Amino acid sequence: MINVDVAIVGGGPAGLAAAIECRNSGCENILILERDKILGGILNQCIHAGFGLSFYKEELTGPEFAQRQINELKGTGIKVMTDTMVLSVSQEKVITACSVEGLVEIQAKAIILAMGCRERTRGMLRISGTRPSGIYTAGTAQRLVNVEGYMPGKEVVILGSGDIGLIMARRMTLEGAHVQGVYEIMPKSNGLKRNIVQCLDDFGIPLHLNTTAIEIHGKERVIGVTVARVNQNLQPIEGTEEFIPCDTVLLSVGLIPENELSLGCGIVMDPKTRGPKDYGAFATSVPGIFACGNAHHVYDLVDNVAKDAIKVGRTASEFVRGEVSE
Amino acid sequence: METSKVICVVCPNGCEISVDHEIQDNELKVLNITGNKCERGEKYAESEIICPVRTLTSTVAIADGMFPRLPVKSAEPIPKASMMEAMKEIRKKKVTAPVFMGDVIISNVAGTGIDIIAEKNG
Repeated sequence: MINVDVAIVGGGPAGLAAAIECRNSGCENILILERDKILGGILNQCIHAGFGLSFYKEELTGPEFAQRQINELKGTGIKVMTDTMVLSVSQEKVITACSVEGLVEIQAKAIILAMGCRERTRGMLRISGTRPSGIYTAGTAQRLVNVEGYMPGKEVVILGSGDIGLIMARRMTLEGAHVQGVYEIMPKSNGLKRNIVQCLDDFGIPLHLNTTAIEIHGKERVIGVTVARVNQNLQPIEGTEEFIPCDTVLLSVGLIPENELSLGCGIVMDPKTRGPKDYGAFATSVPGIFACGNAHHVYDLVDNVAKDAIKVGRTASEFVRGEVSE
Repeated sequence: METSKVICVVCPNGCEISVDHEIQDNELKVLNITGNKCERGEKYAESEIICPVRTLTSTVAIADGMFPRLPVKSAEPIPKASMMEAMKEIRKKKVTAPVFMGDVIISNVAGTGIDIIAEKNG
């Protein structure tokens, strides 16, 4: 059994900011558990610029933001275990994790949950049709292109106009693919205005509002998508169907906080945010367990994730020192 | 005089900026800028009319790195018109670890006078 003051589940921007603040506010025995090979979380694949304007006062890319945080860890004595998957968190604040050395158990005085979020998938949209290859969430395609070095396809349809979908429309175009268009069921995009301008308008990629996919076609590989315009009740309007040929479909249809561990621990959840219910200052229903970043609720900007995570780091330190009552 | 509407891409606010401009002595001149909330917006709106620029981000192949790709960016925004040319050079480039954040990966990309640099250690 490893004993620590604060254990942090997840080494993305939230976990890193929280860990650094724990150290700055006096905690010495801090451990970050990260399942990937490297720290930085989702920032590693968000290679575009636009991060850090409010937190670091300059425009950075995702990897630059992460690298700064990683550099700040140096000399702090904060321990990091990468390639380590947390399997469970108990109310007694015992963490069970699987690492390259085998199963490890960690007893913490406080735990910060910073697992991030996951993308909504095709199954959640209930789009009918076959199940060919070539259907990806936008974030998966982003990881393939930007980290692993694979192009998912050449002729692309993007369903949903979330920021990751817009960013991937540009990214796929820059890498030589043709993006047929972005199809959004709602009357307006939920992506940032600047992403509409610099990811779609700059490349002449059309954004079709009030339009949704009603069927995906193809046996082995996607061959096209049938889209249709929708009425005010978001139901497809008969006679507006159109077949769009493509070999790849990217879904950018929303994010959900990742809370398998929180649920397993019996933490009370908030049905609205789908993160742990906030009992004030990011405390969960279990004393000494806190949540931050996208695991708490989905944020638009990493700058706000880091700012809030600092507050969580401070509160966790105070809890360890017994300054925060249960 | 003409007025163009520009949506600022500098920060998530996405300000809608009005730019009055006209051609004087065969040269495009910006006369007045309104609707921006900060100085960066003013600079952006002017450049958007005279010569639109963007920060280009992509990846290059890296040998002996933790992952097969290294993220890179233009050290400064480059002219929009040079983006595809710059991408051709970026696609051909291969580097070998170790590389550090800020290292120059391609100098003077597409003749823009601007370097492509590493976004992180690799």
